[in-house]
Amino acid sequence: MVTYTAPPARAAAARLWKPGPVLLRLTVLFLLLMFLFGVLLGHRLFNGAAIRSMAFQLPELAIFSLAMMVPLLSGGLDLSIIATANLSALAAAFVFTHFGVSGSDASVLLWHIAALVAAFGVAAMVGLLNGTVIAYLGVSPILATLGTMTMVKGIAVGLTHGGVIAGFPPFMVFIGNGSILGVPVVLLVFAVIAIPMGVLLTRTPFGQRVTMLGSNLQAVRYSGIDTRRVLVRVYLLSALLSAVAGLLMMARFNSANAAYGESYLLITILAAVLGGIDPAGGFGKVSGLVMSLIVLQLVSTAANLLNVSQFLSLALWGAILLGVAGIGRVWAWARLFLPARKPS
Amino acid sequence: MPDLSKRLLHSHEGKLLLVVLALVIFLSLATKSFLSLQNMIDLLTSYSFSGMLAAGLLVVLISGGIDISFTASASVAQYVAMTIANQYHIGWIEVILICAVVGIACGLINAVLIGTLGLSSIIVTIATLNVFFGLLMFVTHGNEIFALPDWFVNGANWVVYTDKQGNPYIFNLQMIGLIAAFVLTALLLTRTNIGRQIYALGSNKDAAQRVGIKVFRLNLLVYGYMGFVAGMASLVQAQDAQSVSPNALVGRELDVLAAVVLGGASLTGGVGTVFGTILGVMLLAFLQNGLLLLGVQSYWSECFTGAVILIAVSALALERQRQRAGVRRVMA
Repeated sequence: MVTYTAPPARAAAARLWKPGPVLLRLTVLFLLLMFLFGVLLGHRLFNGAAIRSMAFQLPELAIFSLAMMVPLLSGGLDLSIIATANLSALAAAFVFTHFGVSGSDASVLLWHIAALVAAFGVAAMVGLLNGTVIAYLGVSPILATLGTMTMVKGIAVGLTHGGVIAGFPPFMVFIGNGSILGVPVVLLVFAVIAIPMGVLLTRTPFGQRVTMLGSNLQAVRYSGIDTRRVLVRVYLLSALLSAVAGLLMMARFNSANAAYGESYLLITILAAVLGGIDPAGGFGKVSGLVMSLIVLQLVSTAANLLNVSQFLSLALWGAILLGVAGIGRVWAWARLFLPARKPS
Repeated sequence: MPDLSKRLLHSHEGKLLLVVLALVIFLSLATKSFLSLQNMIDLLTSYSFSGMLAAGLLVVLISGGIDISFTASASVAQYVAMTIANQYHIGWIEVILICAVVGIACGLINAVLIGTLGLSSIIVTIATLNVFFGLLMFVTHGNEIFALPDWFVNGANWVVYTDKQGNPYIFNLQMIGLIAAFVLTALLLTRTNIGRQIYALGSNKDAAQRVGIKVFRLNLLVYGYMGFVAGMASLVQAQDAQSVSPNALVGRELDVLAAVVLGGASLTGGVGTVFGTILGVMLLAFLQNGLLLLGVQSYWSECFTGAVILIAVSALALERQRQRAGVRRVMA
């Protein structure tokens, strides 16, 4: 008889985050929840309005989660995403409200471009600051981004005195609340970003470097890659994605403020980890993240339709993450008692 | 003792002390009211909550873990305690016991999940933050408790001294809580075997395990202690605010983390002192209070706080880089 020594906890954790089973497990979870809520809600869940409202709500959190995912893959974290998003949105809002959005078509187009440049310019500055402090000064990502988060939000609060900037041109309103062929524009924006992000992170040298960085930073450096430059780009990308999410938020509410969406911050980490992204870095796919976001959105929409408080869905989100991890552990434990596969 | 002063200067705490002293000297010269006894009493009272939590979080950070959920544990503890206090005739001892039990229970849940799920402590505690807070908001419908028992509202303050104008200077529950939290944490960390074990665990988990430290049991103690401190802090905060609101505390966890880290505690574990943490809390408290007294619009205070955090963590990181380079030079 073969004696089996239990694998160390670290190895078990790594197995938990293998990309394949995560997607499978989330799909099973999704189908189970669909069945459960389908029985409870019937046609109230499976109708156009409910699905459309899900499609409107999902993209903001989804893009924020993408912005969190990139640093997570590299073994870091970005706590400044929400603050960056708000400051970017405020920059765009400033351009929209201070300079005409009337006048000739050409000038209107020009100001829209100027607003975008302002938003992404601000985000790029924050991203570069984060990246430089983390890569070149060696500050741990949590602390560096905790500092920038506080400072960036402080700048936004200081400039606006905590107030709301509202009233944007019709195009922004259309982005936030319009649909093309019945598909919400925000969802299209998300698709346009998520698909290239998936390609970028798994099929390009940059993506490979990011995940390798998360697995073993020293080894990557010794293999001749400038890890610091990669890290700066990671946080730059994270900030730019945050700006997109900030602009979407601004378009949906038709206003911008220093403190919008703050409850998303820790949820994005939760969503990413549920989607199979190893918080220690190195493993994770956009597909897993999208699936986990769909599961979370389903829970929240069902809670809404069942007329229970949104806070219950917050609790359920946390419980789902813990539950999924727990099932993974029980499964790994159960396999110790199954006959070991013969080495081929 | 030239040796001691030299050592202090080279430590992080020593440099932080110089920064805090410089800030104190500047603020007492620039403003009339900063160094007044009344301002200090107000500061001690209003920063008691974050200060106490910082003491608890320090222990968790030294053990190599992190806790994000303590604000939710605190909210649950104070809500449960005050609801029961309003229903039944109970006194201080019972309220303290209830807060302790609820807080410790939340902490133990964290420790068990961290020990069994194979997830890192930050992920587990983010999840439990949402679970605790979500359930609290769901059960309470977000309703605040405005009417607290009289004995609780009147609290525990003693007038120590009344000046010529008749202004009373008081010693209150908040100060007791703050001092007790720091003293207790200092005793735990420096005067007990368990404290040495916590440092050992944070410095090198595998080595700690090999020398026979029971990691799971030690984690129960560490997170249980954090929960206990959160429960006590919630009580002190409720007494200060004179009401209980289920969503007043959640969202402040990262501020507390910032204070502890400013005090020199490392997120990778094994490093940190109570003295440093006290200085970290003081730095942020003096900065925010000083800006207000200097007449800077309160809107900008967060921005300055962020800049100070960023500069401080950068300086700390550079310092550690230089130390490592020094070690390498000696080895070579």
